[in-house]
Amino acid sequence: MTSVRNLPVDALVELALTDDRRAVGRLLTLVERNGPEATECAMMLHAHGTGSHVIGITGAPGAGKSTLVGEMVQQMVDGGSHPAVLAVDPSSPLTGGAILGDRVRMAGVTEAFIRSVATRGHAGGLALAIPGAVRVFDAVGYNPVVIETVGVGQVEVDVTAAADTTVVVVTPGMGDAVQANKAGLLEVADIFVVNKADRPGASDARRDLELMLDLSHMTGQEDASYRPPILMTNSLEGEGHSAVIDAIETHRRHLVDTGQLAKRRRRRIEFEIESRLSTVFEQRMIELKTDQRWVDIVDTTTAGTIAPPAASQQVANLLLH
Amino acid sequence: MTDKTEQIRIVLAKLGLDGHDRGIKVVARMLRDAGMEVIYLGLRQTTDSIVAAVEQEDADVVGLSMHNAGHLTLAPAMVEALRQGDIDVPLIVGGIVPDADVEALEQAGVAAILGPGASAEEVVATVRSVVSEA
Ligand SMILES: Nc1nc2c(ncn2[C@@H]2O[C@H](COP(=O)(O)OP(=O)(O)O)[C@@H](O)[C@H]2O)c(=O)[nH]1
Ligand SMILES: [Mg+2]
Repeated sequence: MTSVRNLPVDALVELALTDDRRAVGRLLTLVERNGPEATECAMMLHAHGTGSHVIGITGAPGAGKSTLVGEMVQQMVDGGSHPAVLAVDPSSPLTGGAILGDRVRMAGVTEAFIRSVATRGHAGGLALAIPGAVRVFDAVGYNPVVIETVGVGQVEVDVTAAADTTVVVVTPGMGDAVQANKAGLLEVADIFVVNKADRPGASDARRDLELMLDLSHMTGQEDASYRPPILMTNSLEGEGHSAVIDAIETHRRHLVDTGQLAKRRRRRIEFEIESRLSTVFEQRMIELKTDQRWVDIVDTTTAGTIAPPAASQQVANLLLH
Repeated sequence: MTDKTEQIRIVLAKLGLDGHDRGIKVVARMLRDAGMEVIYLGLRQTTDSIVAAVEQEDADVVGLSMHNAGHLTLAPAMVEALRQGDIDVPLIVGGIVPDADVEALEQAGVAAILGPGASAEEVVATVRSVVSEA
């Protein structure tokens, strides 16, 4: 039996580019582990970029993101697209383990490539794992790439940094819209979805969002030529999803027409290079601390022979060589 | 750069019409608490949907939970579907399997069988050992 799992990276890349799903799955694992194979993979795939549109879907746990993604992705498949999904779920902070259950809500989807990702256990964090995975999907020709994530903290920042279009999902009641504002999701949203519109309070949620958008427009934080639309969906009945897909396309065209797509992608590359550098330096720092030269520098600084800024300069020189 | 420590990824599913998912949820938590990544598919899966998930998730092992009498046909069908898909990952069957059927399942290529009373330690140790032997 031939096992794709033991192939070297160049053979995997070759197979993956023919859309062999086992090879794509394996590459995604190597990218997550961020070892030398991940570097090799990025070096080989970067030139194969096809410019896939990257859509981030974020919102509170239970808002219905997976159900919504499942519905949208199936419609995209029916419309002739070839989408991929990255479903990010939190790991247990205690054990590092995770139950990744998003596929349950996407069970009807047959053609899309769905990959579940846990938030922990990535060397370099999601800031590297997400762009790495997007690069694989993009090179193989998956378009769009949809990333689902819980809308909190660093994970959400890393995902929106990787996305061209960010969709924020809220639900009626429980002050979701207000929470979204507090969590800073309002600034990153290109599209709002009020999901569970079958429930009471959906139009209140929409009104809250409109008010907050009015405020942020007045304070001039926003791109004046684009106002995020607020859409209602009922994912259980499959209602409202084509409007969301249309809004994503409208936003994509807006980005292209205004030259913002190129800018966002440039910023994305910048962010990836920075994240990569931080990881490299953090790692070197850890190694350096086991080195006698580090001990000597700390000793001489403690003894008062040199000042901390001079010590830092010496350490920087060591890190760069 | 440091590698992510090899973390086991397991696909957990119920095959066919069996609607009993209490056991499989308990097992999912046991494995998560042992530090594994559990890709939970839930109820009413087909051999095709499980093969697709294993490919896309690059899983190390599949766990099927069975509580109806279908294990003698369903488990070998799953082994065969993985073989057909050229996927070299072991299959573990959990649930109610009469002693008399154990040998038939092992013959069919099931890597391990866990009874309904298996402890968390047993479940975790079995998953680890079939993965390291694969
Ligand atoms: N009433 C109602 N329930 C929904 C809707 N969309 C999703 N749900 C339910 O909300 C729960 C959480 O959905 P899920 O997609 O897993 O949410 P996620 O955590 O945001 O990914 C599930 O029980 C869904 O069936 C909807 O439009 N209306
Ligand atoms: Mg989800």
